[in-house]
Amino acid sequence: MTPPPILELRDVRSAYGRIEALKGISLAVNPGEIVTIIGANGAGKSTTLMTICGVVPPTAGEVRYDGEVISGRNPDLLPPRGLCQVPEGRRIFPRLTVEENLNMGAFFRKDQDQIARDMEHAFTLFPVLKERRRQRGGTLSGGEQQMLAIARALMSKPRLLLLDEPSLGLAPLIVKRIFEIVKQINQQDGVTILLVEQNANLALQLATRGYVMETGQVVLEDSAANLLKNPEIRKAYLGE
Amino acid sequence: MTLEYKKIFQKWALGLAWFYLLLWPLMGITPDGLSFAPSLKVWATVAAGTAFFLFIWILKQQGRLDFFSRPAISLGRSVGKAVGALPNKLLAVAAIAALCLPPLFAGRYVLDVSINVMIYVCLGLGLNIVVGLCGLLDLGYIAFYGVGAYTYALLSINYAVPFWLCLPVAAGMAAIAGCIIGYPTLRMRGDYLAIVTLGFGEIVRLILNNWMELTNGPNGILGINAPGVWWPNWADGFTLEHIWLKKLPYLYYVILGLALFTILAVHRLNYSRIGRAWEAIREDETAAELMGVNTFRLKLLAYAMGAVFGGLAGAFFAARMRFVSPNSFLFIESAMVLSMVVLGGMASIPGIILGTLALIALPEFFRDFEQYRMLAFGGAMTIMMLFRPKGLWPAKRLGQRSEESQ
Repeated sequence: MTPPPILELRDVRSAYGRIEALKGISLAVNPGEIVTIIGANGAGKSTTLMTICGVVPPTAGEVRYDGEVISGRNPDLLPPRGLCQVPEGRRIFPRLTVEENLNMGAFFRKDQDQIARDMEHAFTLFPVLKERRRQRGGTLSGGEQQMLAIARALMSKPRLLLLDEPSLGLAPLIVKRIFEIVKQINQQDGVTILLVEQNANLALQLATRGYVMETGQVVLEDSAANLLKNPEIRKAYLGE
Repeated sequence: MTLEYKKIFQKWALGLAWFYLLLWPLMGITPDGLSFAPSLKVWATVAAGTAFFLFIWILKQQGRLDFFSRPAISLGRSVGKAVGALPNKLLAVAAIAALCLPPLFAGRYVLDVSINVMIYVCLGLGLNIVVGLCGLLDLGYIAFYGVGAYTYALLSINYAVPFWLCLPVAAGMAAIAGCIIGYPTLRMRGDYLAIVTLGFGEIVRLILNNWMELTNGPNGILGINAPGVWWPNWADGFTLEHIWLKKLPYLYYVILGLALFTILAVHRLNYSRIGRAWEAIREDETAAELMGVNTFRLKLLAYAMGAVFGGLAGAFFAARMRFVSPNSFLFIESAMVLSMVVLGGMASIPGIILGTLALIALPEFFRDFEQYRMLAFGGAMTIMMLFRPKGLWPAKRLGQRSEESQ
């Protein structure tokens, strides 16, 4: 028997005003997996993540994390329970220093010694951040900011990490490095990952399973290997 | 003179022409008819002043002032280094000692102005928590000052409660008022919040103005007690004598204590975990929320903490004037305090003290031009926004730190 999913969405709907962005999403993420959601602009991928975190409240359906219903809760209650998001566009705190940004990731934690050790761990994953620890976040390059955003989320010791378009606006070489580190986080630290990406090729190579979203709905669900082979997916998302 | 300087002078002339166009309707059109002489006089003064500074600037650009400016700058730098090498505690003690001196020799007028400055330092630093750290634009901050002042006034008049006891009560009442105002409004962001706080500031003033039974309305409350202390008296044996701190030198020390307390408290808050969370909320509220910050509770806390210092300053204001009326808590006061924070540098404690000095003490030196104070204010603000948008003394965390390490 497989273990119960760490995250489960059941027929979740959400809307911005009167415009429905999610029209009944169901998906599940099992512990230890890397699951990716791919789809075009405006398909509702980022909304899905924001709905999971409660920033956008769902209008129907339920979100279960770790066997408990979390939909309708305040977003700030989730990081202490091991669910953290790296939002789209990085959204680091530009006028706080790199170190202060990382400390914000550990905001709810009280164990100072462990926080210091986790920061060292983050610095081994991203050595460039150590060099720039006293620099303001806003002065970093795009790739460094993305690394900072991931490191900041790691400071909350997540069991499930939601990553929203880590490749956005970055050079291919840096994207490759970031994806390698994501893999490392998954394999060495045992963090389950839900990855939203437009770069379907890279995402499917990294992930174990994938969901394809179109206009607020999940249209396809399969193992990543099968999705990579699927001719329709290749045509629509892999540019063939 | 090269072409470049010619251009500069052309711009200067154009600017002055434009200035006169604005100035003349303000000064020249009077009930007795049109006049040119007074406006021309002011205009000529401004023209002469700007011409002088322009001339100095050009000389400096050409390097003709190097014989003076180079040694002056290097002297300034070495003095700065020498001061920086001293331990911070020593500097703080020296500064406090220096601040304790004025009542020994200064006259009434100087003390009066210094007391005013320190009241506004408390207000500015309190507002700084809300605006500078947490990034919430509050246009009704003076309401908390009013709540503090009326709390002490009413307790003193009706129950003769001593000042020192009322200080925490006033701070508490202001904090409660902050929560009452904050609770429904803090769900809003940006401009909407500014408008709502503006409205709440006015509501508080109108309540003070119209609740005749409690506040005596626009007539205000008279006969508030000054702060009192028990002072040892060795005239015949040892007795404790109760004296009222009515005189300005005593009041100076009271507000100095309050201001130092405020500075210390705001400094500690600034570098605490909560201060960092406030700054994170200012930078990106959603991201802060995703990092596990309860943004609503922290914003409410910022409001309440800001109100506490407003309340303290208000209680002192009531004790010092020994009279309060709703007229002291107009919108213009909120705007003044906000200007101090913006002018001095958001989230920067020395900046705000500097901003307060600039906006309270400087106008005292230019009493003769009182009529044009708002004009000068506007001009100064515009120039500031153009040349020093981060304020006179920008906050470290907001500014230089990264460049320092490079």
